[in-house]
Amino acid sequence: MPAYTVPVPRYWRRIGTYYRLEASRCRNCGRVYYPPRMRCVCGCKDMEKIRLLGGKFQLIDFTVLHSVSEDFEKQKPIFVGIVEESSTNVRIITQIVDVADVSDLEKSREVEPVFRVVKRDGNVGIICYGTKFRPKIVG
Amino acid sequence: MAGISGWGCYIPRYRITTREIARVWGDDPLRIRDLYLIEEKTVESYDEDATTMAVEAARRAIARSAIDPEDLDAILVGTESKPYAVKPIASILIDAVGARYNIQAVDSEFACKAASDMMILALMSVINGRYRNVLVVATDASQGEPGEHLDYSASAGSAAFVISRDNTCVEVEDFYSYCSDTPDFWRRECCPYPAHGEGFTGEPAYFRHIVSAARGLMEKMGLRPDDFDYVVLHQPNARFPVRAASMLGFPIDKVKPGLVVDRIGNTYNASALLGLVNVLDQARPGSRILLVTYGSGAGSNAMSMIVKDSVEERRGRAERLQDMLETKIYVDYSLYSRFRKLIKMLQ
Repeated sequence: MPAYTVPVPRYWRRIGTYYRLEASRCRNCGRVYYPPRMRCVCGCKDMEKIRLLGGKFQLIDFTVLHSVSEDFEKQKPIFVGIVEESSTNVRIITQIVDVADVSDLEKSREVEPVFRVVKRDGNVGIICYGTKFRPKIVG
Repeated sequence: MAGISGWGCYIPRYRITTREIARVWGDDPLRIRDLYLIEEKTVESYDEDATTMAVEAARRAIARSAIDPEDLDAILVGTESKPYAVKPIASILIDAVGARYNIQAVDSEFACKAASDMMILALMSVINGRYRNVLVVATDASQGEPGEHLDYSASAGSAAFVISRDNTCVEVEDFYSYCSDTPDFWRRECCPYPAHGEGFTGEPAYFRHIVSAARGLMEKMGLRPDDFDYVVLHQPNARFPVRAASMLGFPIDKVKPGLVVDRIGNTYNASALLGLVNVLDQARPGSRILLVTYGSGAGSNAMSMIVKDSVEERRGRAERLQDMLETKIYVDYSLYSRFRKLIKMLQ
């Protein structure tokens, strides 16, 4: 058997989080967690599942990485940003893609989620998909 | 009759010009442009593939349809560039769009025509009442051998349609298929690039099947080219569909709105269907559309559609193809090679 580096069950369990940006909200105090948590800091365990995917997102800040981990070597330099969902104020650290120039990110802070490949596990392992963000077309 | 309740598309933002490809391979750019009438084509980014584009197009089609994804009864995909040899795109779509798990989901292959076959199967399943809503996705990120004819046209894109029994904005009046064993284009197992029969791809393949399917449908329905407002044909380059439309007796004005290959290249399964998306983004209610797809190997599906009043209220629910065409980032052949993984490491 070839050696895989991605533990398939762990990726599979997180598909909702990766694909649909599923978060959890505390029914007691209203705090929202992404990635989702089973228990709130207020002590409540009554959490409901919510989906951030259809929301509006703003880029809070970003950086450009020229030194990256092996999975992203073929994509460097990569943009990594903090993105905030407007209705829940949830912040996500994510890769920002389709950036023609750094000035694009300075001009408009509106970004949109896009479904992308996050990691290809060598030539034989699974392809891990997930959500990244990119500058939104403002028209 | 049943029809389309939502449509959507996705094309990558990256583009490469025909001129740039010709520069690298020592071809005369004017001759190449004259040959294919393609100005530029889309290039998938390093982290894009047929699956990622399918998800984006599907989400837009569902948004236009305004159905709950849980109301989908089947997800059918047409592609010839699956990222996995074994493992479907359709099952990834279930989780990416938030559909139910107790539905039918499958990928199909017939070169560039599989997605239109899935549209016909979806139509038949909603007409007979078995299903209410079926998501059909055409997606491809196809490869051409570097420096060869296909390098100038093979591109990436996706189109998606929700085929429904009720709540439709486009009614499909009728359809007609024409198929034969015509080996004009193929790819053997484990070959990275397809092979094609050069001039053989024209008369006995593309033109024969497209024209036969279109004429067959018009005869069956008792319609003439005058009865249609738009004609959308499979577009491996811009010359073929213009000539086929002329052979069928359609004026160029009825072809142009559905012609997008000159700006995005040949998106294979999504080729004619992105043309249809562009028409739906602008067509007036009451317009009649003739759609004819083509897949090598070879066959064509022709469909006649009527645009309904509700098409207008649905346009604003997702990005138009025109918006995506205008948002682009040009790359040179070096970046193109990196994005398309054409640079192979020796170890």
